[in-house]
Amino acid sequence: MEEVIRAENLTKVFNKNIVAVDHINFSVYEGEIFGFLGPNGAGKTTTINMLTTVLKPTEGTASILGFDIVKQANEVRKVIGVVHQEYTADEDLTGYENIMLCADLYGIPRDIAKKRALELLELVNLIEFKDKHVETYSGGMRRRLELACGLINRPKILFLDEPTLGLDVQTRAAIWEYIRRLKEEYNMTIFMTTHYLEEADALCDRIAIIDHGKIVAIGSPNELKNSLGGDIITITIKENVDVTNIIYGIEKVKDVKKENGNTYKIRVEFGETITPIIIDTLRQKGYTIVRLLLSKPTLNEVYLEYTGKAFRDVEESRESIIKQRITLRRARK
Amino acid sequence: MNLKTNEYHPSLIRGLWALTYRELKKWLNDPIMLIMFILQPLIWMGLLGKSLNIQGLFSSSNVNLPPEIKIPGYAIIYPPGITQVVLNGTWLSQIFTNIGMNIMQKTFGVTDYFSYMAIGMVSMIVVTATMFSGMSIVWDRRLGFLDKVLSTPVPRATIIFSKILNSAFRAIFQASVILALAYILGLQLSSTFTIINIIGIYAAIFLLSIGLSSIFLAVSIRATRMERPMQIVNLIVMPLMFSSNIFFPISMMPEWLQPIASANPLTYLTDAIRQLTILPLDISALIIDFIYLSVFAIVLSIIGIVLSWKYLVK
Ligand SMILES: Nc1ncnc2c1ncn2[C@@H]1O[C@H](COP(=O)(O)OP(=O)(O)O)[C@@H](O)[C@H]1O
Ligand SMILES: [Mg+2]
Repeated sequence: MEEVIRAENLTKVFNKNIVAVDHINFSVYEGEIFGFLGPNGAGKTTTINMLTTVLKPTEGTASILGFDIVKQANEVRKVIGVVHQEYTADEDLTGYENIMLCADLYGIPRDIAKKRALELLELVNLIEFKDKHVETYSGGMRRRLELACGLINRPKILFLDEPTLGLDVQTRAAIWEYIRRLKEEYNMTIFMTTHYLEEADALCDRIAIIDHGKIVAIGSPNELKNSLGGDIITITIKENVDVTNIIYGIEKVKDVKKENGNTYKIRVEFGETITPIIIDTLRQKGYTIVRLLLSKPTLNEVYLEYTGKAFRDVEESRESIIKQRITLRRARK
Repeated sequence: MNLKTNEYHPSLIRGLWALTYRELKKWLNDPIMLIMFILQPLIWMGLLGKSLNIQGLFSSSNVNLPPEIKIPGYAIIYPPGITQVVLNGTWLSQIFTNIGMNIMQKTFGVTDYFSYMAIGMVSMIVVTATMFSGMSIVWDRRLGFLDKVLSTPVPRATIIFSKILNSAFRAIFQASVILALAYILGLQLSSTFTIINIIGIYAAIFLLSIGLSSIFLAVSIRATRMERPMQIVNLIVMPLMFSSNIFFPISMMPEWLQPIASANPLTYLTDAIRQLTILPLDISALIIDFIYLSVFAIVLSIIGIVLSWKYLVK
C-alpha cells in the first residue's frame, strides 16, 4: 500500500503557550478512510488545518503525496479537497454558485466545471435545490453541499473535519452513506476527524485516538478493541455446579469469573470463534446453557483505557467556540 | 500513482474576479442593502449639505438692512463738517452681498457652500464605503470561509484584492449617487466641466479606495473578533475627515493642522474632484493630486499584499 500522507513530529503551538498538536507521527495509506478521534479541543482541526496548508506547523512537518505541506504548499492544495468543520458556503449565493466559486478558485475551465458541478449536485441529491440560496438549506443539505464543493477538483485526498457535527442521527447516517459512496465513486483516500465514537467505528478503516494534542493509540477499530484483551462472553447454565475450571481449560480463554447465580464472565480474544467451542464443550459434559451474551468492547472503553478518562471535552479557545456555535446553529435549521 | 494532477492553473484574474463577484453580489443582489446605500448619501445631503448654509452668513438677508441708514456726523472724518449722511439700504445690501460672494470665492473657490460641501461628501462616502473591508475579512475568518479559500491554490493576494476591489466599486457607486443627487439639488458645475471629467473622478475615487481599504484590511488581517476593526475605524475615521479639506479649506485651518491636512490623502481626492467639477480646472494642481493618490494607492496595496502573504496563514 502506498503511503499518501506522512506526518513527522507535527506540532502546533498557539500564542507561544497553547500546545494544540504535540509531536504527532502517523501515515495514511492510499484508499483508506483514516479517522482522527478525540474530544473537542483535542487538536483535530488544528491537525487538518496544518495538513491542508491553512496553518503553518510550529515544528515538524508532513507530506501529502510526497509534497511538503510548507515548502510545496501550492502543489498540496491542488491535489486535496477540504470540507471544513464549519459551513463555509456563502449563504447569499445559491448552491450552484457556491460550487462554481470553488471551481474558479481552482482554475478549472468553465465548461468542465459546469458539467462537474451538476454531476456532483446530482450525486449529493441537491440538484433540485441548486438555484436556491444556501440560507434556506438545512444542516444536512449544507453538509452535502460542502462535500460537493470539496470534490470539485477531483482530489486524490479528501479531508473531512467533523463531517456530521451537530446533525441528528438520521442525517448523520445519510452523510456516512454519501461519504462511502464518494469514496467508491472517486477512489479517494479520506482523512477525517470526529468526536463521535460511533462515527469513527462505522466509517474508518483506521483510527488514531488523539488527546491533548497527542496520538495515544492507532489502529483499526477492531485492533483497538482487541488490544483491550478481547471480548466478553457472559454465559449462564442451569446446573448448580462450578464449571470455572472446565471453561478455563478451553484454548484461548484468557480469563473466567464466576458471578452470582450460575453466570460466568469469560474474556476471550475472538468471541465469534470461541463461543461455539465453549457451547460444544459444555454440552458434551451435559450442561444446559440457558443464556448467552457475546459483547465486544466499544471504542468508549478503548478511549477510557488509553486516555484514562471518560470521553469528555476539554476547554477551548474563544474563537473555536464561536465557530462551533455558528456551525451548530446552522446545523439545526 | 498519478502525480500529474496539476491539470488546472489557478489564475490571478479568474480567482480575483470570482471572489470580487461574490462580494459584489452581496449588495447588488440585495434590494435593502442597495436602498441603504442610496439613503445614506441622501440623508447626508439633506442634513449636512443644505443645512450648513455658510454663504447665508454673508448674504444681505442675514444683515436685514432698513431702507435708509443714518450715519451721524461724528462718524465721518472726511470731508469734515458734514452733520449727517444717509445711505441707501438697497445699495448697501448689494455691497454686502458682493463682499460676501468675494469672501466665499476667496475661501472656498466657489460662491455657494453647497457645491463645496457636496464634493466633500463624496470623499466622506468613499471613507465609509471602504471602512467595511476590514470587518468583512474578520467575518470571513469567523465563518470559516477564509480557511476554505486558503486551502485552495488561488493566489493569496486575490483574497485581499477582492475586498479592495469590492470597496472601490462600492465607493464609486455611492459617489455617483451623491453626485447625481447634488446635481439635482443645484450643484454648480464650473465652465471647464465636461463629461470626460467623470472618468477622472472615478479614477481618483478608485485610487483612494485602494489605499484606504488596504489600511483597513491590514489592521484586521489577523483579527478574530469584530471589535478590532471597529475600534480602528472609530479611531481613524473622524480625524481623517476633519483633518482634510472636506469641510473647510486648508488655508482656514490653524497652523499646526495645516501640514497634517496637506498629508491627508482625503485632501487630494477632494481637491481632485473639486477641480474636475465645481472649480475652474487647474491642470497642474490636478496632476499633483493624481500623483499623490497613485503613490498612496501603490504603497498601501503593496503593504497589503506583503501582509497577506505573511499573516493570512497563521
Ligand atoms: N487560533 C487559535 N488560537 C489559539 N488557540 C487555538 C486556536 N485554534 C485552536 N486553538 C486551541 O488549540 C486546541 C485544539 O483545538 P482544535 O484543533 O480546534 O481542537 P478540535 O478540532 O479537536 O476540537 C484547543 O485548546 C483550542 O482552544
Ligand atoms: Mg475541530
